[in-house]
Amino acid sequence: MTLLITVFAAIVCTVIWYRKAPESEMKIGILCWMFWGASLMWLVDAVFEYAELGAEYFTPAPADMLNAAFLGLSAVALGLAIWLVIVLIKDPRGVIRKQLSGAKR
Amino acid sequence: MACFLVPVTEAIVTTIATKIIEKREKEPESVSLSTGGESAETAVKIPFSRKLKWLNGLLWGGSALLAFEHVWHGEVVPWFPFLTAAADPADAAEMLHEMATAGVAMAAFVTVVWLVLLGVSRLIEKRADKETSSPAPSEG
Repeated sequence: MTLLITVFAAIVCTVIWYRKAPESEMKIGILCWMFWGASLMWLVDAVFEYAELGAEYFTPAPADMLNAAFLGLSAVALGLAIWLVIVLIKDPRGVIRKQLSGAKR
Repeated sequence: MACFLVPVTEAIVTTIATKIIEKREKEPESVSLSTGGESAETAVKIPFSRKLKWLNGLLWGGSALLAFEHVWHGEVVPWFPFLTAAADPADAAEMLHEMATAGVAMAAFVTVVWLVLLGVSRLIEKRADKETSSPAPSEG
């Protein structure tokens, strides 16, 4: 479930990036790399788990599935928070710089 | 347990390599593309340091979210020795085994995917090169 949620997040971010490319003002590329990186790593994790559990891997207990979904959503939220911090620090549109210089006057 | 430490280690190495290559690289090679002899577009060849940044993004981003998963499962804690498995020798051996199998597989798989990306970008660049070297078809 965690892998599935991250893959969906990666696909959505890639579609948004592609629609805006080559312009990358909002740095959506950061989100794409982050979610695809996590998806690839969790895919490897899933393969190892499948090798251990077999078909049982595809029929998790409802409580485990809920926990994995909760983890997936939390991971996506963390990814978005990291991206937001990077965007605010880099301030590609100069909004924060303008606000700060306006406040100084 | 601590499989994310392998991609983190690779990410540190590739980030340092990116910085060194970036310093050594010259100005990016540019190619002039003409469409029908009327308008000319300039395409810049992607420098290797930028391609290496793709791998950095995959490794750092993936490792960050994977580290979060380990915190979620209580395998990483904010106090010494930071990895709960490191406190017990039997758990530590299991952790090292997981790092050597799942961790190395993760880092290798991400690198293979990046190599495929490099291959695709090389093909696109070659196609652009061919378009510039062959004369544009004349009309009428």
